[in-house]
Amino acid sequence: MNINFEIIIPYIPYILGGLWVTIKFTILSAFLGILLGILLSIIKISKFKVLKALATFYTSVFRGTPLILQLAIIYFATPQLINYDITGLQAGVIAFSLNSAAYTSETIRAGIMAIDKGQREAAVSLGVPYNRMMLDIILPQAFKNILPALVNEGINLLKDSALVSTIGTADLLRRANIVAAEQYVYFEPLLFVGLVYYLIVILLTYSAKLLEGRLRVSD
Amino acid sequence: MIKVENVYKSFGKLDVLKGISVEIQPGEVVAVIGPSGSGKSTLLRCMNLLEVPDKGDIVVNDTEITKSSTEILKVREKIGMVFQHFNLFPHKTVLGNMIYAPTIVKKKPKEEAIQQAMELLNKVGLADKSDVYPSKLSGGQKQRVAIARALAMEPEIMLFDEPTSALDPEMVKEVLAVIKLLAETGITMVIVTHEMGFAKEVADRICFLDGGVLIEQASPEDFFENPQNERTKIFLEKVL
Repeated sequence: MNINFEIIIPYIPYILGGLWVTIKFTILSAFLGILLGILLSIIKISKFKVLKALATFYTSVFRGTPLILQLAIIYFATPQLINYDITGLQAGVIAFSLNSAAYTSETIRAGIMAIDKGQREAAVSLGVPYNRMMLDIILPQAFKNILPALVNEGINLLKDSALVSTIGTADLLRRANIVAAEQYVYFEPLLFVGLVYYLIVILLTYSAKLLEGRLRVSD
Repeated sequence: MIKVENVYKSFGKLDVLKGISVEIQPGEVVAVIGPSGSGKSTLLRCMNLLEVPDKGDIVVNDTEITKSSTEILKVREKIGMVFQHFNLFPHKTVLGNMIYAPTIVKKKPKEEAIQQAMELLNKVGLADKSDVYPSKLSGGQKQRVAIARALAMEPEIMLFDEPTSALDPEMVKEVLAVIKLLAETGITMVIVTHEMGFAKEVADRICFLDGGVLIEQASPEDFFENPQNERTKIFLEKVL
């Protein structure tokens, strides 16, 4: 056995500096992904045939190609096409939001469809306009039901965020790799960031449980 | 006033309404009865365009709702609807259910809406439940809240779609008592029901539907004591 964690101790602050990058990235992507996901899901249940077809096509493209490819295309194509020097974080947030929206739009759509149609009928009978009905009556109930699925998506985003290390962003994994390359030890720094990822996921799961419990007061 | 003129409605191959015409006068209480699948609920749901007729016209207070569907939300504000399965908003408290539409649709100030909601809850005997979520209420209580919620919009017309059909027998009475009280206030009401005794007691007029056709309409006395149509007689023999 030849394990020595002492070598990486001086580098722990540096590696943990990547934690903020990872978290910022995940929160931004999750937030934008859900917003776009809501928009797509509402288009999918609407009556506008052309928009519906576009939304379905969008979903099939982003679900049908590898995420790392989408990331690379956005990162490398943007400077070439529109002459904008995009940062790794920007490219990452864009790629991950767009990708995540494709998945969450299906989850949200399923959540909306699962709400009893009597809810819609009660709202419209009271004269409530469509937008308010969606916002106040349908979506809150749908979100409560799909919260576990959305937490899954958040966890996936957090772990997949490690992919941005491939385009040079100094996130947790990238920093672990840099330390590894400098010190010629791979096992210890990688194991260390593995533990960090795992701990955030546990924390996220636990907070989601608390939130779920709070949303259950009406049950 | 509601005027239904020669309305047809089918779901796929199933013809549910086959040319129904009926007029409901202001202040009138009309009970719609008939066997299951006769189109009673569909007729009622056409009156606020929850179902869109395939053919025919429906006029509510001079607005032809089958023509100007853009105005339907405005018309619906004046028509309260009570459903078989209550359809309370489960994520809102009783009070939240009550004040939602008045504050959103009528832009009523919140304090005013709350005050009015509490008065209505008092009338249906549920003022003490204002902070409770619907899941904690019995069926009868839910339906009374649903009635109060519809009344909070100060409608001119109330539509009841089998309001007691989903209730346990011991709760039917409390809901019917509330509807009866309401009938005495002079509000226009259309009630789809299976409760013959109630229909007889509360309605000014009975409409009997069978197979998507309005077979007979008459005052409760005439309808129950002296039915004219053969199908009405057969139906009444079965249910009375």
